[in-house]
Amino acid sequence: MNANEHLSKKVKVLIAKPGLDGHDRGAKVIVHTLKDAGMEVIYSGLHNTIDEIVDTALKENVDVIGMSIYSGAHLSLSQKLMALLKEKGLTDKLVLVGGNIPQQDIEALKDYGVNGVFPTGANLNEIVTFINERIKK
Amino acid sequence: MSNSKPEELKEVILESGIKVKPVYGPEDIKNIDFEKEVGQPGEYPFTRGIHPQMYRKRPWTMRQYSGFAGAKETNQRFKWLLEQGQTALNVAFDLPTQLGLDSDDPRAEGEVGRVGMAIDSLKDLEDAFEDIPIDKISTSLTINPVASVMLAMYLVVAEKHGVPWEQIRGTTQNDILKEYVGRGTWIFPVEPSIRLIADMVEFCSKNVPKFNPFSVCGYHIRESGATPAQEMAYAFEIAISYIEHILKRGLKIDDFAGRIAFNFDIHGNLWEQVAKFRAGRRLWAKIIKERFGAKNPRSMTLRMIAGGGGGGLTIEEPENNIVRGAYYALISALSGTQTMALCSYDEAYTIPSKKAAKISLRTMQILADEMGLCDTVDPLAGSYYIEWLTNEMEKKIVEWMEKVEEKGGMIKAVESGYIQEDVSYQAYLYEKGIQSGEIIKIGVNKYVSKEEEDRQVEFHPFNLDAAENQKKRLKEVKASRDQKSVSQALAELKQAAQTNENVMPYILKAVKCYATLGEITDIFKQVFGEFKEPAAFHK
Repeated sequence: MNANEHLSKKVKVLIAKPGLDGHDRGAKVIVHTLKDAGMEVIYSGLHNTIDEIVDTALKENVDVIGMSIYSGAHLSLSQKLMALLKEKGLTDKLVLVGGNIPQQDIEALKDYGVNGVFPTGANLNEIVTFINERIKK
Repeated sequence: MSNSKPEELKEVILESGIKVKPVYGPEDIKNIDFEKEVGQPGEYPFTRGIHPQMYRKRPWTMRQYSGFAGAKETNQRFKWLLEQGQTALNVAFDLPTQLGLDSDDPRAEGEVGRVGMAIDSLKDLEDAFEDIPIDKISTSLTINPVASVMLAMYLVVAEKHGVPWEQIRGTTQNDILKEYVGRGTWIFPVEPSIRLIADMVEFCSKNVPKFNPFSVCGYHIRESGATPAQEMAYAFEIAISYIEHILKRGLKIDDFAGRIAFNFDIHGNLWEQVAKFRAGRRLWAKIIKERFGAKNPRSMTLRMIAGGGGGGLTIEEPENNIVRGAYYALISALSGTQTMALCSYDEAYTIPSKKAAKISLRTMQILADEMGLCDTVDPLAGSYYIEWLTNEMEKKIVEWMEKVEEKGGMIKAVESGYIQEDVSYQAYLYEKGIQSGEIIKIGVNKYVSKEEEDRQVEFHPFNLDAAENQKKRLKEVKASRDQKSVSQALAELKQAAQTNENVMPYILKAVKCYATLGEITDIFKQVFGEFKEPAAFHK
């Protein structure tokens, strides 16, 4: 790979909806936001298992995985994701969780290894900056 | 007299794209033929309301969305709501139930009983409605792709209570097209999903005449990002798709149009919402009469539940949502809704607490009994602004309907992902508007509180034992039922699903012998396959 190719490569993000929750307004707003910020974004669509999300992340070789959860099941789903990423040796992925996340659960999510938590109403620019500061292309 | 010139005033453009002047007068409504276009309440074109005396005769039905954990817990909440003066039930199911998964399905893990009640078999619904007077209340079952199964279970429960089907009043939400746009509980591809809806309409028109087999939801499309005009336009296009499908079966428009219900959203600009409903009633009446040739005036009435307004509520300073809820209720009443339901102030982040649910109910009761909202019909009629805006909204709704028809109708527009893409892009623009402060939300981007406690909220405790109990109950049901009759009923259902025969009698037979929701759904998955989501982000 020559230097120019490296420079033009975009940050690649998977925005995923795990579980059965169908509230995808937030996830789609993030897809539009990251695309507008120049990233390459893959949207999983609804009703994914954690296995399916990790498979996609692996197959597409993404830099970032963002999960959007509104059902209240964010703790168990995130724990599962982090365990499976570890099992598959994908610990280099930047993991973000967003949605209806209560303040008191943010610490627990970070303890599982989630890099960034962005509850409903989070600043869109901050999410872009968060990713750009951590993934250097 | 004010010194400010009009050009110095801030421009006001409603979400639906209508520019508002600072002052309206007789000039603005001089072209309206009041007799013909506004008319009398209870008469075509129903602009002022679908009943001649509206709330003077009977206030709106109050129906809070409710359900969590297992059937027994939900039964307690139902009874409590009825004791508080609620006049109907609106049942919330958990996501596995809404997606036709039994509680022991691996995909259901962590979701059983979380956002609503878990129903695996008839046994659960029997418990949920224990000692509830099914003959006296109307029940709304908020479920879509497997609405046919839930209706069958409800009919059997009614039978067990000794209530004849002719007396049953209620609604299954059962609007699958909007699920593909927002809300997201879809299972099967579009065509067979609509076939199930038509089967239910046909069955109900003959056997359960007071039941609304589907309720077309502009609500969730608006919540997903659509403007008020699009909300109404897309709902009408969805309803037209269903109607055209049902007519192909040989039913006449007047056989079922009087049983079509609608579900609309309230948040946003007060005047725009009121005009949306007045315009919507008039336009719907015209569509049913002129396009479909209905003769019965009842077929032409836009009957609706309006309220909710979840998209307008905020997690910041949640008590402000009580105030927003009160305004939404006022808008609903001024709009002439038949049924009202409010999102509770804590609903932006949790299942409503008892306290929050009670405040919502009291909000509606205070409005009905203390504020004079039931005194006279359509009190805003004749207002220069409201009548002008009603006309403008009607034009906007028609414009958006035409756009869908250019795409080949709602089924094609949804299958291709056109509607989903459009709505999600608007949600993005709206969010940018909030973040830039262009769209004002108090407590969010204006007068933002720095106090920590303003973001602290009380969560509904999620009981992990409830899921385990539910799985145990399912095991017991499976162990105690007659397995042979279950297998036979499911085989017969499969055969019917493969032909054009109406599946309702076969579903009834299956639920009666305690076939589970998951087993019945699996039969449909085998025959119909599953929906593949179009991922469209071209903008």
